[in-house]
Amino acid sequence: MELLSMGGYGAYVWTAYALTFGVIIICVAQGRRRHRRVFDDLRSRLRAASERSK
Amino acid sequence: MSDREPELPGLLDGLVCVIRRDLHLAWRRPGDVLNPLFFFAIVSTLFPLAVGPDAEQLALNGPGVLWVAALLAALLSLNSLFLNDYEDGTLEQLLLSPQPLPLLALAKAIAHWLVSGLPLVLVSPLVAMSFQMPARSTAVTMLTLTLGTVSLSLLGSIGAALTVGLNRGNALLSLLVLPLAMPVLIFGARTVSLAAAGDATAAGVYFLGAYCMLALTLAPFATAAALRISNE
Amino acid sequence: MWTFLHKLSSPPHFYDLAAKMIPWFAAGSLLLIAYGTVAGLFFAPPDYQQKDAFRIIYVHVPAAYLSMMAYVVMAVSAGIGLIWRMKLAHAVAAGAAPLGAWFTFLALVTGSIWGRPMWGTWWEWGDPRLTSELILLFLYFGYMALRAAIDDTARADRASAVLALVGAVNVPIIHFSVEWWSSLHQGPTLIRVGGPAIEPVMLWPLLAMILGFMLLFVALLLGRVRTEVLFRERRSRWVRKLVYPEETA
Repeated sequence: MELLSMGGYGAYVWTAYALTFGVIIICVAQGRRRHRRVFDDLRSRLRAASERSK
Repeated sequence: MSDREPELPGLLDGLVCVIRRDLHLAWRRPGDVLNPLFFFAIVSTLFPLAVGPDAEQLALNGPGVLWVAALLAALLSLNSLFLNDYEDGTLEQLLLSPQPLPLLALAKAIAHWLVSGLPLVLVSPLVAMSFQMPARSTAVTMLTLTLGTVSLSLLGSIGAALTVGLNRGNALLSLLVLPLAMPVLIFGARTVSLAAAGDATAAGVYFLGAYCMLALTLAPFATAAALRISNE
Repeated sequence: MWTFLHKLSSPPHFYDLAAKMIPWFAAGSLLLIAYGTVAGLFFAPPDYQQKDAFRIIYVHVPAAYLSMMAYVVMAVSAGIGLIWRMKLAHAVAAGAAPLGAWFTFLALVTGSIWGRPMWGTWWEWGDPRLTSELILLFLYFGYMALRAAIDDTARADRASAVLALVGAVNVPIIHFSVEWWSSLHQGPTLIRVGGPAIEPVMLWPLLAMILGFMLLFVALLLGRVRTEVLFRERRSRWVRKLVYPEETA
């Protein structure tokens, strides 16, 4: 089936698509990770500050 | 006793005053003028040494190397454009003066060009000759370099204003100015190559002229805005 | 309407509203990209000249459009932040930059991959569109580097805003470069006098991909702006209450 070979251009086409989806996934993951990190960081700071003041 | 209002300095006075001051200071610190010039000369010497004496090769790559060297030399001298004024408080005075800040920013850029760009243009025929570039390309080389270095001084002043006083501002300045300078480099080098080959160069010269005009009219405002932001 | 906009510019309202909007944009983009990819890869017929290699268009063109769109979003919001001094606008600009850089990188790389079999070269230094897209990438890098170099958030916001606006001149140059100069790059396919120069069965997946990428960009951007807002407002009551509710209990 010409699915994989793409008329001989398979390597080019599939690499391009793989890169595209790879980058999209990286962007999504990076964004979520960063949000998580900022949130948790703030939380632990606040917790530490509130424990200190007890 | 006079009841006449003291005359405030006009726009042209402000422009000329800043330019004269910068030229004065440059005169007292010859290194400011000579450093970029020496850099230009050194790069120009290293190129034939590295590439070999083959005249055709040199002439072929000459325009490109000439332009890259000019660009790097200009970048070298941009960092100190506002730095000294920032450190001794003059920048604050400029910001407070009744003269429009874009005008003063333009004056700084002009002074910078006179000190760093113009010497490059004047020296360029010698460098072109050492690259075995044909004599017929000299006029175009000087013209395009003039337009290019003026643009660089103007665009560079924006970058210098944005990064004044920052750590490692030097490298950052180059990164900021580079994308703006790329079209100048491309068209400048390309046009000189065309001139060397004897082809028509009008298009490239027009483009460089247009870019220069754009920089001349817009850059001072951007520089002024950047100076205010950097000095809050 | 004005109340809505006014509320929108208030950080806590934005934070909540964005959280609600993101799933919709994400779902929409997922559907469109899924359709566009499948249709583009399998249902569109091979191109007369380029055979199956033309299918790269379905990732390359959306990436290129978005690389420019992201810059426009960045520059406009930076300008709004600069002129009207809206912190949220600056946060949008900050969030758009890395996304724009990624799209530009994608456009350049997929373009290079496409160029190899078509033009016989991975890169063509003389081509105006390639060069101006590369310049765009450097503009993004410069923007992000300037932000990173300035500690004071307000100064970083405003300085990078000036930079973004200065670099905005490049965007029309990229778009029109293929018309102004002779180039390996083909001329405009979609936005041109006389309508798109491409067959409908090939066009629909492309439009879907472009729209899908746009929705994706919005979803990603909203997410990043939320994070940015959370960080910038970290000292405010609403953030403290949100992050560590036990404190005010």
